[in-house]
Amino acid sequence: MADHPGVQLRLPVGALDTRASGWWAMIFVIFTEGALFAYLLFSYFYIAVQPHLPDTFPPGGAPSLSLALPNTLILLLSSAAVAWAQFNIEHNRPLRLASGLGAGALLGSIFVVIQYFEWAQKPFTLSSSGYGSLYFTVTGFHMAHVIVGVIMLWALCAWSLMGYFNRVRYVHIHIGALYWHFVDAVWLVVFFTFYLTPLMGLKS
Amino acid sequence: MAPHSAQARAPLGFLSGYGDRADPVVGLTWGVLIVSLVVTVIIAVLLSIAIWHRPGIEAPAPGTALEVQRPQGNLRWVWTGVAASSVVLLFSVAWTMEVLAKVTSPAMPPALTIEVTGYQWWWQIRYLNSDPSQNFTTANEIHIPTGVPVMFHLVGADVIHSFWVPALFGKTDVIPGQTNETWLEAHAPGVYRGQCTEYCGLEHAHMAFLVIAQTPADFQQWRAHQLQSPAEPASAQLIAGQSAFGVHCGSCHAVRGTGAAGVLGPDLSHLMTRTTLAAGVLPNDPADLMRWLADPQGLKPGSMMPKPELSSPELADLRAYMDTLN
Amino acid sequence: MAVSNYERLVTAVGARPALAEKLRRIWETPSGIAGWISTVDHKQIGIRYIITAFAFLIIGGVEALIFRLQLAGPNLHLLTPEQYDQLFTMHGMTMIFLYAGPVLSGFSNYLWPLLLGARDMALPRLNALSYWIYLCAGIFLYIAFAFGFGPNDGWFNYVPVAARAYDGGPNIDFYSLGMILLGLSTTVGAINFVVTFLRLRAPGMSINRVPILVWGTLTASAANIFAIPAVSLAFFLLWMDRNAGTHFFDVATGGQPLLWQHLFWMFGHPWVYAIVLPAMGMVSDGLPVFCRRPLVGYTPVALATVATMVLGFGVWVHHMFATGLPSVSLSFFSAASIIIAVPSAVGVFAWIATIWAGKPVFTTAFMFFASFIVLFTIGGVSGYMTGALPVDWQLTDTYFVVAHIHYVLIGINVFPVVGATYFWFPKFTGRMMDERLGRWNFWTMFIGFNLGFFPMHISGLLGMPRRVYTFADGMGWDWLNLITTVGSFVFAVGVLLFVINILVSQRRGRAAGNNPWDAPTLEWATTSPPPPYNFVVIPTVASRHPLWEDRLDESDGLVRSDLKDGLALDRGRESIGTTALDAQLDVILKMPKDSFVPIILALTLTTIFTGLVLHLWWLAIVGAVATGADIIAWLWPDPALGETAEPAGG
Repeated sequence: MADHPGVQLRLPVGALDTRASGWWAMIFVIFTEGALFAYLLFSYFYIAVQPHLPDTFPPGGAPSLSLALPNTLILLLSSAAVAWAQFNIEHNRPLRLASGLGAGALLGSIFVVIQYFEWAQKPFTLSSSGYGSLYFTVTGFHMAHVIVGVIMLWALCAWSLMGYFNRVRYVHIHIGALYWHFVDAVWLVVFFTFYLTPLMGLKS
Repeated sequence: MAPHSAQARAPLGFLSGYGDRADPVVGLTWGVLIVSLVVTVIIAVLLSIAIWHRPGIEAPAPGTALEVQRPQGNLRWVWTGVAASSVVLLFSVAWTMEVLAKVTSPAMPPALTIEVTGYQWWWQIRYLNSDPSQNFTTANEIHIPTGVPVMFHLVGADVIHSFWVPALFGKTDVIPGQTNETWLEAHAPGVYRGQCTEYCGLEHAHMAFLVIAQTPADFQQWRAHQLQSPAEPASAQLIAGQSAFGVHCGSCHAVRGTGAAGVLGPDLSHLMTRTTLAAGVLPNDPADLMRWLADPQGLKPGSMMPKPELSSPELADLRAYMDTLN
Repeated sequence: MAVSNYERLVTAVGARPALAEKLRRIWETPSGIAGWISTVDHKQIGIRYIITAFAFLIIGGVEALIFRLQLAGPNLHLLTPEQYDQLFTMHGMTMIFLYAGPVLSGFSNYLWPLLLGARDMALPRLNALSYWIYLCAGIFLYIAFAFGFGPNDGWFNYVPVAARAYDGGPNIDFYSLGMILLGLSTTVGAINFVVTFLRLRAPGMSINRVPILVWGTLTASAANIFAIPAVSLAFFLLWMDRNAGTHFFDVATGGQPLLWQHLFWMFGHPWVYAIVLPAMGMVSDGLPVFCRRPLVGYTPVALATVATMVLGFGVWVHHMFATGLPSVSLSFFSAASIIIAVPSAVGVFAWIATIWAGKPVFTTAFMFFASFIVLFTIGGVSGYMTGALPVDWQLTDTYFVVAHIHYVLIGINVFPVVGATYFWFPKFTGRMMDERLGRWNFWTMFIGFNLGFFPMHISGLLGMPRRVYTFADGMGWDWLNLITTVGSFVFAVGVLLFVINILVSQRRGRAAGNNPWDAPTLEWATTSPPPPYNFVVIPTVASRHPLWEDRLDESDGLVRSDLKDGLALDRGRESIGTTALDAQLDVILKMPKDSFVPIILALTLTTIFTGLVLHLWWLAIVGAVATGADIIAWLWPDPALGETAEPAGG
């Protein structure tokens, strides 16, 4: 059994961008979590199209956009910050990577705080009506995903400051950014469902 | 009334139909059943030939190298089989849709509407009329006239049940929050057994009912009788019995024309005209009625009926009174 | 030419003993309890899955035997209705969730890297995690039963009967939360299989060369990724209704009982395909070995596998035909439920053709694989009958459906699994199972199964309802139920013989050698059992049947699979990553070492659910914090895995 010293191959080693198993795993995590939100919104629409007494679904008419719309922009901004962070590590600027991640985490945290205040101001609760159950459960699931994402972004920020990443090795950033953009995209669909479809006529 | 002769052996069977809505489905049922049996036999025969049409190799020693071959041209048999199967399947879809179209609506407007409410573990039956004074309530036994479609409104009171009279048609669920509709028609007089067929808790097994089809004349007679209140108690014992009924039974059960107006359990106005007790658990005869009163939890554990605490004289009075609920 | 820090020059080497010894030291799990807990070796994890699943099979079977005694005749009183309700619910839950899925995960876990020419699954720690969560969830679900408040509203658990108002104890809370926990195991396992398929195949193993078992498990895993959230959500919403006062299913406040059924069956129907397609794949791979020829119609069978699953997402309403939905929408689902038999027909005729155009080798494995074809057909036609909507309105919720589900579950899952055990036991253990005992095993299982379950078609057609703890006499069902009970005990004897054969053969079976069946696929090129590193050098694959190439004219002329010379990848735990479609060399993947992080995560997750079910909110929060900490530790950038800005490869 002889070696073949003439046939040499140059192969990359380790966890590199879309070659990393972890990146693929996150893609499928996104599929499964996306499916979860699809079923949550299916539940909303299934109940929404049933007969309800007037003005009970949503109670008091379509929910106000005064906090939700700016909050949506804040979340979009946080995605932009994370994308900017990733762009920077691709160009070997770890400090900008860290600040982009930190800004994303901060904006995500602000989203959570503002949404909490929005929740507190609602005239309905989790158990006061079917709409209340749906509203708080769906936005609650999303909020949980945001909180997980914020913790993740803080961890990524810390790891960036510890010097773990460079222009070649930054798979954690790649994976984390995927997740964060997913959370943002889900919010757009949730926002559309709860805040815009009633304005389009889907209400009692 | 004796059960229809074919029903006696298998009261809940549906390989024969006894009404307009059942008949097309019986044909389709036999059709797909026969297709299934034929397919199974064909596959079994093909498999047997495949295995034994040439000598095989008995379990060889581990590691023995055995010949490997790859005869070509066998894929066409797969396509042949799939094509034949597809033809049968498409034909089945077409026949299914044809039968479905036939059984969706009755050929003439229903003569009668009956509201059936499913409770754990009994059936409330209300006969509805455009004149509300002609409405009446009974339980666990439905009478219908033969030869005409009868509409049923299915109301869910607690959990999901399912309303099924196999001899007359398939089942429809009884779901709280929505009123499902179904219709039945019986060609001939007979007793057609029904059964709850959606798991609904402890006594799902004991939630049967009867559909008794009568000639239109007999049905009108039955209905007129149901509209009447039972006779006023005439003797002292019967008065005592009615009083005992009011005290021990009236909070759950109703008797038309008396003070007993409970709605938690079956209406007992004309209990003695019914064939069974406790939704098909017992035949309705004096001995079984006494057995039921003595130990409802023993006969139908978990049912909502507690054991009535009656002294012997009270029981005798009550029994005499209940005999008049006919 | 300079090589950067992130690349390596590699060359094919021969499979030398010194290399084998080096790899063994790198990959071997140390003995002792610490090694046993922390191992990420897919072979050990696979065995654990199989043993645990078989244990649940036996427990679920005993539950059934008990209530078959109660149902041996009319009006018997061995069990109270409450006892019966828990037994039949636990039986369904155990078989469908704790046996049928996990046993196939176990076989796939063990076999996939070997079939694909890899050294491990793509995500070894995630693999360990999926097992530990499965074990914890199984215990969580059974603790309720052990204390007398097991789930008791059927495995399908409809509302409102499963709502707090009608089932006030903790039974359904344990069921709901236990199922969500179990769903995490199945989901991470599914993700692992899909990523492994896309990334870890040996060079040259293009997707049209992977064994059908791989297609089956891949399809099931992809489906599970999309389907499991539906049932997890259903159980979560139910738990909320029962514990937080929400109104998803609560009719009085506008909740919808049918929402439960939609969410449950949108998962439930794909799930039943997920628990049979891998088993069908086992037959598609094993049967040809005992016919001494390749499978007839590899490509149609692979495509039919995927087609069945895809169509399987479009038929869930056939479980709801009697709910009063509009006939127009029901008729679509009825047609789809009948047409879905077409891809199944592809498989049946492919298997028969393989036997017909081959030379049967009469082993116990062959008998299980061949008989499966007939059982599959019977289960398939009874399903076809229930697809015809007006007929289903009679058949649904009768024993006819019980017959159908057992023919498909026992016929298409258990029989292939038993056959697969006879087939692969020699590879797992180095010993053959006893063939004489195997014959007894086969005939008692086959006769017992048909004696037990065939009569249910008849009792169903005679109107016997499902899920009843007793039945009246005079209904025409007495003899049928007695025969069914007798048959179920005969079948149980068969299962017992199977277990005995496993236990005895493990100690005293004949030595198997590398390839006792003269089979064609890569796992048979290794020792029995395989070494911890699976392959000394990474194989290069040129056909579907690498070990039969010199006897079949299969690969493109001169190119042959190569198991003797290949990449060593011996600088730590490594395997090769290849491209998704054509399996061309792509990257050297660094694989993690044994770790306690997965079992700890399983325990912290179980802590959360324990806190929730007992209403100990502080415990749930402690569990959540611990979960977060464990995940951060798991994902901490690791230079050994090539995740950090350091020189690569060591």
